[in-house]
Amino acid sequence: MPSRFLQFRRRFADYLATFVAAGLSIFVVGVLIAIFAYLVIKGAGSVNWAFLTHTPKPVGEIGGGMANAIVGSAMILGMASLIGIPFGIGAGIYLAEYGRNRLGSLIRFTADVLNGVPSIVIGLVAFSLVVRRQGHFSAFAGAVALAIMMVPTVARTTEEMLLLVPQTVREAAFGLGIPQWRTTISITLATARAGILTGIMLAFARIAGETAPLMFTALGNQFWSFSANQPIAALPLQIYTYALSPYEDWIRQAWAGALVLVILIVSTIAVVRFLFGRSVLREAS
Amino acid sequence: MAAAPERRIPDGEQTGQAADPVFANTMATPETPRISLVTTAQKTPSWTRNLFTLDVGFHGLMLGAALTVLAVVGLILSELLQSSSLAWHQFGFHFFGASAWDPVAGDFGALPFIFGTIVSSLLALVIAVPLALSVAVFVTEMCPKPLRKPISFATELLAAIPSVIYGLWAMFILVPLLRVHVAPPLMKYLGWTGLFSGPMYGYSMLAAGTVMAIMIIPIISSITREVLAVVPQHQREAALALGATRWEMIRLGVLKNARAGIIGAIILGLGRALGETIAVTLVIGNTPQIAKSLLAPGYTMASVIANEFNEATDSLYVSALIEIGLALFLVTVIVNILAQLLVWTATRGAPARSNA
Repeated sequence: MPSRFLQFRRRFADYLATFVAAGLSIFVVGVLIAIFAYLVIKGAGSVNWAFLTHTPKPVGEIGGGMANAIVGSAMILGMASLIGIPFGIGAGIYLAEYGRNRLGSLIRFTADVLNGVPSIVIGLVAFSLVVRRQGHFSAFAGAVALAIMMVPTVARTTEEMLLLVPQTVREAAFGLGIPQWRTTISITLATARAGILTGIMLAFARIAGETAPLMFTALGNQFWSFSANQPIAALPLQIYTYALSPYEDWIRQAWAGALVLVILIVSTIAVVRFLFGRSVLREAS
Repeated sequence: MAAAPERRIPDGEQTGQAADPVFANTMATPETPRISLVTTAQKTPSWTRNLFTLDVGFHGLMLGAALTVLAVVGLILSELLQSSSLAWHQFGFHFFGASAWDPVAGDFGALPFIFGTIVSSLLALVIAVPLALSVAVFVTEMCPKPLRKPISFATELLAAIPSVIYGLWAMFILVPLLRVHVAPPLMKYLGWTGLFSGPMYGYSMLAAGTVMAIMIIPIISSITREVLAVVPQHQREAALALGATRWEMIRLGVLKNARAGIIGAIILGLGRALGETIAVTLVIGNTPQIAKSLLAPGYTMASVIANEFNEATDSLYVSALIEIGLALFLVTVIVNILAQLLVWTATRGAPARSNA
C-alpha cells in the first residue's frame, strides 16, 4: 500500500528531524558544559590568594600571580569605558531622537559595520593612531582600541532602548514646555536607563575578554604599572602569553587566569540578567 | 537667528571673499567680523533664545558623538591605507597572489594566509551551520517550553566566553582529542579524498575550524532565531491545517520563508570567523603553506598579524602586515554589509540586531 508507506515515511522523517535537532542542541549545550567544567577543574586549584595578590615570578621560579594583570585590565577597561560610553550614548541619542533621516541611516549602518570589524584590525589602527604617534606602547592606547569597539554596541542598544520609550512621554514633556534637550536627558534617557545600562554592561563584558586589540597597544608587562603612559599587563594578554609558554607552572596559571576572567564576565552578565531579566545577552557576542 | 547678527553675516562673508588670497590670515586675526558676530549674539539673550541655542547645542553635541562613528571608520580606512602604501607600491596586486613570505629577503606574498583564512572559515561554517540551525529550529519550533530558556541561555553564554579562553581550551583539550580520536578514523575512511591525509600533529586547519565553529554557533543561531520569530504564525497554522507533520511545517512553512535571513545569519557568522584571531592563532600551527589536507597546519591573515606585528622591524615588513590587515578589513566589511542587507530584508526593516 503506497499511501501507508508514504505516511510512514512522513512520520519517520518527522521523528528523525526532531531527534536530530534535539540531539545536536544537546551536543551544543554539552560543549558549553565541557568548556566550563575544564575551566573549573584546571583553574580552581590554582586560584588562590597568592595568584590574586602577587606579580609574575621570573622564569623558572614557581609561584607568583596575576595581580598586576587584574589591576591592569581594570585600568584599561575603566579608561575605555570613560572614552567609549559617552560617545556611544551620544550617538545612540542622536540616532533615536534626531536620526530618522539619511544621515541617521548612514550612521546606523556604519555602526553595524564597525561592530563587525575584526578586533585585530582595531588593534592595528590604535597602534598607528596612538602608539606610533606617542612613540611608545601604553595603557591609554589599549583603552582607545577597546573604546572603539565599545561605541557601536553602546550606541545601538541605547538607540533601541530610547525607541522603546513611548512617544507620548516625550509629547507630555513638550506639552509642559520642557525643551527637547531637557526632555531627552531627564525624561527619555531616565526612562530607558535600565536598558541602556544593560547595553553598557554587555559591551563591557565583550571588551573585557579581548586580547587581539591589546597586543600592539597595551603590550603587557610583568611588573606593576599604574601609569596610563606605560605598557601595562592585562588579564587576557597574560593568559595568551602563558598559554604559549613551555612552562608547566605558567600554563597552570593561564587556566587560573581564564577562570578568573570567565567568572568576571559571566557575573557581569548574570547581574544584568538578574537586574533586568531581559534576553539581551546576544549583544555580547 | 535674530536680526542683529544677520546684518553682520554678509559683512563677514564679504571680508572673507575680498581677502580671498589671504583668507587663512583673515580667519586668524582676532579683529574679524566673525568674532564680533558671536559677541553680538551673546549680548542679546532672552530666555527663549537661550533655550533655543541650548537645544541646537545639544543636537550638535549628539550629532558630534554620532559622527565619531563615521570618523572612526574613516580613520581606520585612511590609517590602514597610509601605513600599507609601502607594500602596495612595492608589490601591487601581486601581493595577494604570491606565496613567498620571507621577511629577511623582504619578499612578501599573502596567498597562504588568504588561503588559510578562507579554508578555516569555510570549515567552521560547515561544522557550525547544521549545529546552529538545529539549535535555532529546536528552540523556536520543537522544544518543550521549560527547556527553551535554558538552551538559549546556554548558547548565548557560549558567545560571552572570550576568544583567548576558547584558544586555551582548544590547545589543551580539543587538539589532543582531535589527534587521538577524530583524525585516525577520518584518515582511514576519508583519506582517499586527500582532505584528510598525512601526519596529524594536532595543530591543524581542522582544529582551527572546529574551535571557530563553536565560537560562531551562538551568532548564527541567535540571528536565525530572530528571523524565524518573524515568520507569521499563520504560515505555521496553514501548513498544519493541510495535514503537514511538524517537520514538513518547519521545512515548508518556516525555513523556506526565512531563507534570506538564515543566509544572512550564516554570512554574519562567516564575517566573525574571518576576523577571528586569538583562538585560531593558538591552534592552527602557524605555518605559511597551502596544503590540501585539513590535518596539516596553516596560517591565517589575522594570526600572522597577531604573531609577527610586534617583531616586524623594517618598514616594508610592517607595511606588508598592515596591508593584510587592510584586506581583512575590506573583506569583513563587504561580508557584513551583505549579511546586514539579507537580515534586514528578512526582518522587513526592523533593526537587524533588535532584541526589543
